[in-house]
Amino acid sequence: MPFYVNPEQLMLDRAEFARKGISRGRAVVVLRYADGIAMVADNHSTTLNKVSEIYDRIGFAAVGRYNEFEALRVAGIRHADLRGYAYDRSDVTARSLAGAYSAQLGAAFSGAEKPFEVELIVAELGESSADDVLYRVSYDGVITDETDLAVIGGDVEHVAERLRAGFDPQASLDEALAAARRALGSSSIEAAVLERGTGRRRTFRRLPRQEARRG
Amino acid sequence: MPHLSASFAEYLRLVAPEALPGPGHPDLPAVHGTTIVAARYRDGVVMAGDRRATMGSAIAMRDIEKVFSADDHSIVGVAGVAGIAVELVRLFQVELEHFEKVEGTRLSFDGKANRLGALIRGNLAQAMQGMVVLPLFIGWDERAGRGRMFSYDATGGRYEEHDFCSVGSGSAFARGALKKLHDPEADELTAVATLLQSLYDAADDDSATSGLDLTRGIFPLVMRASADGVARWSEDGVREVAEAIVTARIGRPDGPRGRAL
Repeated sequence: MPFYVNPEQLMLDRAEFARKGISRGRAVVVLRYADGIAMVADNHSTTLNKVSEIYDRIGFAAVGRYNEFEALRVAGIRHADLRGYAYDRSDVTARSLAGAYSAQLGAAFSGAEKPFEVELIVAELGESSADDVLYRVSYDGVITDETDLAVIGGDVEHVAERLRAGFDPQASLDEALAAARRALGSSSIEAAVLERGTGRRRTFRRLPRQEARRG
Repeated sequence: MPHLSASFAEYLRLVAPEALPGPGHPDLPAVHGTTIVAARYRDGVVMAGDRRATMGSAIAMRDIEKVFSADDHSIVGVAGVAGIAVELVRLFQVELEHFEKVEGTRLSFDGKANRLGALIRGNLAQAMQGMVVLPLFIGWDERAGRGRMFSYDATGGRYEEHDFCSVGSGSAFARGALKKLHDPEADELTAVATLLQSLYDAADDDSATSGLDLTRGIFPLVMRASADGVARWSEDGVREVAEAIVTARIGRPDGPRGRAL
């Protein structure tokens, strides 16, 4: 026999459940620098990644339950590759990808057995820095687009506050990495960049651990 | 465990089978691409493809491209029905990149060669109707530290080639030339000259293969794979070799002199 539950209370409970799961994880920051977009995660594992490549100019960063964001990452690659194959590579955008993530997370939040315990950032490198795009997609499907930097995961407010202080989107990569590392308060850094002006179609590059530690 | 394959082609077959290469019909007029040659040299492997596409006995295109980079370390060239061939290459390129992104690591060279075989097998129904697409696959095997080459049959069977290989309607003539001229210890320039010589001979005897078109400035497309990765030869670089070959052929139309004994 079904019990009546106040929808407002139900949503509050679900949000609290998801937030609790996410806040247990370490933070990830995505920030613009002079030649592109850097994605930096506080991550002790050298093989289980939190930031990764989705498409030519699109990167993905996630926090929360590993199995959930891993499935979302693969779904994103499929979404992008299918779209690029069926139309053209230039028709794959972060906007459409973030929209697809938002739809899936939103549907799970209001309908499924349990909401996703993840938060995502979809970053797209523009032709010029003015065209760079950062979308933050939260566990309930809410999308926000950020201009210079985005932070997800545990202790978001403090990390974001530290990162915003003296933030410079024209900083060099080393300076950006140093700022991200200070904000995260960690020396176990996983880092990757979307680089502008390399002449390569695929702009994503994973940084070796030593390079990530530099700066 | 739920099936989560890293194959793009399998995913495509599941969600959008209509986007797979084909289907063609043997009675429909189709553009054919012709001769591809490849050879090993001291530091890697090279491939060249002529630029002609035919439709029946007419020349459909003079500057079609049949040689493509599959990824940063490998090259694929295709002969056969051009529409299907180009789609097959596109699918193969996405297949390799898709695997790399999903798994976070590159496929082994043998893995790539096998995937290409599987894609051709997926095309078997069309091959039975005469819509054959045959690729050559070459590249730098990082684990083995050497250049490798694979040829295929219409059923997707893959065969490793060691010195040189050719595919397409002019391939028999090209093979004869390669057999005489090829030197696996030669440098890259010599290897490319050997490939162009073999395409010249293929064009000489096969009406569907174009030669070195000095008047229009259309030359075979040349790519190499070595430890430094894949590179496409510049048009000027190919032109220089082509001009030298054509000049020499004015004196000896059948090609450079060898020694019988």
